[in-house]
Amino acid sequence: MLKRQYVPLLVTVGLFILLFAAGSFRYTGFFSLQVLMNLLIDNSFLLIAAVGMTFVIVSGGIDLSVGSMIALTTMISASLLQQGWPPYIVIPLVLSLGILFGTTLGAMIHYFNIQPFIATLAGMFLARGLCYVISINTITIDNAFYTTMAQTKIRLPGNTFVSISVIIALLVVALGIYVAHYTRFGRNTYAVGGNEQSALLMGLPVARTKIMVYGFSGLCSSLAGVVFTFYMLSGYGLHASGMELDVIAAVVIGGTLLTGGVGFVFGTFFGVMIQGVIQTIISFEGTLSSWWTRIVIGVLLLLFILLQKLLGERRLAERS
Amino acid sequence: MIKHRLFWPLCVLAGLLLFNLIYSPDFFSIKMRDGHLYGSLIDILNFGSPLILVAIGMTLVIATSGIDLSVGSVVAITGAMACLSISRSADQNALMTILIAVASALLLSALLGLWNGLLVAGFGIQPIIATLILMVAGRGIAQLITNGQIITVLSPKYQYIGAGSLFTLPFSIFIVAVMFAAASLLTRKTALGLFIESVGCKPTASRLAGIRSRTVMLAVYMFCGLCAGMAGLILSSNVSSADGNNAGLWYELDAILAVVIGGTSLNGGRFYLTGTLIGALIIQTLTTTIYMVGVPPEITLVVKAVVVLAVCLVQSDKFRGLLRGRGGRGKAGNYPANREVNPHA
Repeated sequence: MLKRQYVPLLVTVGLFILLFAAGSFRYTGFFSLQVLMNLLIDNSFLLIAAVGMTFVIVSGGIDLSVGSMIALTTMISASLLQQGWPPYIVIPLVLSLGILFGTTLGAMIHYFNIQPFIATLAGMFLARGLCYVISINTITIDNAFYTTMAQTKIRLPGNTFVSISVIIALLVVALGIYVAHYTRFGRNTYAVGGNEQSALLMGLPVARTKIMVYGFSGLCSSLAGVVFTFYMLSGYGLHASGMELDVIAAVVIGGTLLTGGVGFVFGTFFGVMIQGVIQTIISFEGTLSSWWTRIVIGVLLLLFILLQKLLGERRLAERS
Repeated sequence: MIKHRLFWPLCVLAGLLLFNLIYSPDFFSIKMRDGHLYGSLIDILNFGSPLILVAIGMTLVIATSGIDLSVGSVVAITGAMACLSISRSADQNALMTILIAVASALLLSALLGLWNGLLVAGFGIQPIIATLILMVAGRGIAQLITNGQIITVLSPKYQYIGAGSLFTLPFSIFIVAVMFAAASLLTRKTALGLFIESVGCKPTASRLAGIRSRTVMLAVYMFCGLCAGMAGLILSSNVSSADGNNAGLWYELDAILAVVIGGTSLNGGRFYLTGTLIGALIIQTLTTTIYMVGVPPEITLVVKAVVVLAVCLVQSDKFRGLLRGRGGRGKAGNYPANREVNPHA
């Protein structure tokens, strides 16, 4: 018997297959392994950021600072590289900055009872503003390591290729699934998201879990920023503008409840893929403009939220 | 006096104004030119009016323990709608054209608000998520209306809404004054305000007490949509054009910020319209000050971040307790995220 909690997940996977099939029937050249791989290549940073966001949302919070953190990472990386810092110092540095940033936000949210929405909103302003403090112009990167990372193609069977970023993203997804379901931290996150009061009474480390969740999200967004730097080969304050919305949308479409306590990293993966497929279909269609992406994603958000609502109400009806 | 809820916001505003006075002594001077008043203070009121409007609507929504993320998109949609219908007509300056354009845009914004309200009150979806849908899709819709371009209109009559002046003052100030007075009177001189606060505390309990919680919520979201629509009209008429992509960008965040600075808690149940007004003025004064001092405008964001954090920390019981050296006395886990865990409770 299929557990009810997997229904949104199945719908997400089903929708992805349906959209991909629809695209394949409609457009010649759509049904190929490379199109599928391109989905991964073009969305690897989104995927990484979405894994971190899944944890935050499962814990019952929200992180609006993701997009700006990505921009800040590209900016710091680019400016440090420009000054001749080697990549093996720059990358660990930006990653630890991400952890520090996220942890600070988490500590503020927990210890000062500031709503996650407002605290991460401030984080978003701060990170975006710091980008402009560094420079208001684009800084291009011509570092050998970064260009290698950007241009290396890993050949796969079936005459397809992926970039190194894809490997990083898939590793993060695998790590996310492992942490969520097979570690104490993962279980604690679900418990805190389900009911913080109960988690506290059960003796779970609520403070540590909540702060670590935001730290993890900070790490993920700075890693997404590093991958984004590989993708764009530049640092710019307007990079990834509004991406937090895409990330949240991907997580919700992936079946994670925004009320916390329920969700799967695996679902998030398909949430990101669905967004990618929609973009690909719209670019194949040619006559449709890019803003249709936003409208379609909005409609999908609505459908998924209504579906979750429906499932939630049935679950409640059964219990009572 | 320190206990008064408007004390700290007023202090911040006074501090900002004082800084401006010291930095440039003619900050407060208001000149009369061609029958219009000019001056930095007038500018702050004029450019701040769309934000104040949006923030008034947002205050009431937040009072019902909701939030409306879609106001920025609604601003873009109504601006686009009004400019489109004006640009399509034969005579762009005909009074009838303008009236129809304004009325249809306002109707549309109220409908968008109603849509949010239906999702929140009808389907019981969390406000953040329900309005996130329109926030994401709304920008797309606005670009759909403008076809991805910036629609420019040539209509002095339409321009009057955002750039005209009445009794030597910018016309937009009067729109704000009317809306603010209407909102204050309706909520403070009738039972409506009490209803809103009661719904914000506990919708179920209010319903059992005989308040139509759903109707109140629907009305509040509609009002918020309408306010955003008016702001959209002011913004688009001020520049005589509609930009689906950038109009009203980040307005939802500024509006929420204004509300929070004004002392309204995001947990709902209490609201202070005067506080919101001061909050919005603080944000606008801050922006003007930053422009005047000559700091690159992009850095506004950093300053805003610091202000948000400072305001949040000051409002946090634990932090104040920490400052007084008495330790925290805030109850652990009293966030909306926590309280929303069981929406059926």
